[in-house]
Amino acid sequence: MKTDSMHKPAGKSFRERNRQAGGYLLVSRAKRITVSVLRALLLFGLCFMIIQPLLMRFGTSLMPEKDLYDSTVVLLPRTPTLDNYRIVLTLTNFPTSMFNTLWTSLLVSVFQVASCTLVAYGFARYDFPLKKFWFGCVVALIVIPPQTIATALYMNFQRFDIFGIFEAILGKPLNLHGSLSPYLLMSMTCMGLKNGLYIYMLRQFFRGIPRSLEEAAYVDGCGTLHTFVRIMLPGAMPTIMSCFLFSFVWQWTDLFYTRNFLATSARPIFSTELSTIVSRMSRYFSSDASKPIIVPAGRQQQLISIGVLICCIPLIILYVFTQRTFVKSIMLSGTKE
Amino acid sequence: MTNAPLNAPRRGQWTFTESICMFIPGTSFYKTMRARNARRGVLFILPFITGFLVFMLRPLLQSLVMSMSSINISQTDWPFVGLENYKYALSVDPYFNQYLVEEIPRMAINAVATLVISFVIAVILNQEFKGRTLARAIFFLPVILASGVLPGIESQNEFYNMMQGLAQEVANASGVDLSAALEDLLTVSGIGGGLFDILFTMIDSVYDIVMASGIQIIVFLSGLQAISPSLYEAADVEGCTAWESFWKITFPMVSPLLLVNCIYTIIDFFMKNDNRVMERINEVMYSQFRFGESSAMSWIYFGIALLFIAVSAFIISKGVHYYED
Repeated sequence: MKTDSMHKPAGKSFRERNRQAGGYLLVSRAKRITVSVLRALLLFGLCFMIIQPLLMRFGTSLMPEKDLYDSTVVLLPRTPTLDNYRIVLTLTNFPTSMFNTLWTSLLVSVFQVASCTLVAYGFARYDFPLKKFWFGCVVALIVIPPQTIATALYMNFQRFDIFGIFEAILGKPLNLHGSLSPYLLMSMTCMGLKNGLYIYMLRQFFRGIPRSLEEAAYVDGCGTLHTFVRIMLPGAMPTIMSCFLFSFVWQWTDLFYTRNFLATSARPIFSTELSTIVSRMSRYFSSDASKPIIVPAGRQQQLISIGVLICCIPLIILYVFTQRTFVKSIMLSGTKE
Repeated sequence: MTNAPLNAPRRGQWTFTESICMFIPGTSFYKTMRARNARRGVLFILPFITGFLVFMLRPLLQSLVMSMSSINISQTDWPFVGLENYKYALSVDPYFNQYLVEEIPRMAINAVATLVISFVIAVILNQEFKGRTLARAIFFLPVILASGVLPGIESQNEFYNMMQGLAQEVANASGVDLSAALEDLLTVSGIGGGLFDILFTMIDSVYDIVMASGIQIIVFLSGLQAISPSLYEAADVEGCTAWESFWKITFPMVSPLLLVNCIYTIIDFFMKNDNRVMERINEVMYSQFRFGESSAMSWIYFGIALLFIAVSAFIISKGVHYYED
């Protein structure tokens, strides 16, 4: 990747230098230009492919129903309207569900990242019996699909008990359904959504920090916990932040854990509301609630797209603000095997 | 590791007595530095150990038992039926088999394509060019856009699929479909064949592939960033072309990450919401309330995924180069 200017002797034109080099300069410049043009084309195409559905959704979302059936209207609506948004916001219980999603996602991802950081540090720095085995379990955690254990977990929490303690005290096992506690317990013990991945990422990062840093702290009289909090955590903050972002974003859009543990009728969560939006649509549009009408497919699709957009917008805004640190921290965690 | 470890000799080796004694106060080993550090380590990973035992291992075993019993929600005791549910899943259920056979080759092809494409994109994004930050930001967007409920929700809608099918036909009739035209051209001229068919399936699902490769790009990029530029300089001085240094430096240095990414990709494709096998399992579980049968199905499915991972891990580990600094 050398540039011409690096070797440019003063006062000679490109043509002259090219002649002196026997045509080499021209060939190399042509190569470089071809490569960058091809690269630009490829990148543009792929980027466009990622962005285009978003733009199209946005365009369609502003169309009144009439424009949907008008084949002369393609991207931009003839008469832009915000009515669709109003409908979707009502259908998804908007302020309540969004607020619930926000605080549950925040709570859950804080718990997950905190416990994953501790565990990752333990794996990266300490030597204890069965370490390889437990790390194998972390990998298993990445590999085992939560769907395999969904039913069993569900039943466990219906009759929750730890070695019969609750049964002895209360006379019956606890039913934890309809509360946040099962999932919070799971988050505290690194069993949430994709937590194996966060442990893996953070462990890789901690392994890259020189040990002498901690040793210096120990020599100066820092305890284990103190060293961890004062020396290791500040350095790991970018990586922890990106794990937190992953966790937050995935929790925000997650349907599986949310449907099983978090959402109840008293606490609607946006992702579950979104997944059942079609059935509520027909009830909304019929004047008589007992006789639902069939909403045309195009209209259904339009409203779903708006739901998806509303779900994405906060995340995209968050991403735009954090992407610089996010990308940088990923580069920092330069993985060493 | 260039720095001296805290306890340099015998790192990672533990005798049975040592692992017991480190928890028992009063033994001579209990007070040693090594035992202390080990106890701290165990304390750090304690959340994981409890979580894994209570919320992963126990349900996993239970679900294995469930897959071998006939389950009725209203009753508390479930009679053991052995492999009956597995037989049901494979020979009685009308769709499970069919979906399995259809989806698995598609996923295998897509997984390979995802690995290749994400690697190529990572290499490109690692180069210096104008607007690199923007391009990176856009390529990481799928991590958000293709997560959770979002990708599944639009393919769920049958009407929409029908409409899309119609739109596709219209496009074909008007001759705008470039990939189909190219396909025809190649087939007519006699170049087409099995390999091209696979290639065309890849090209047709390129959107899915790019949307699925957000994390993989990130992982590969972090690996590429860790390669020291001096290696390339040395190669350049020795007269390596860019092509040669790609295969001799870039590829071997990133190859350990290939394994991680491969496992991640396989799992990701197997667990997608829009996967028809998953849909079928959910349907049997939540609509027909056949919990035993659905557990058996998910175990079969999980077994196949594990098999895939094992095979690809074996193949990749043959070619992986581990670099110790």
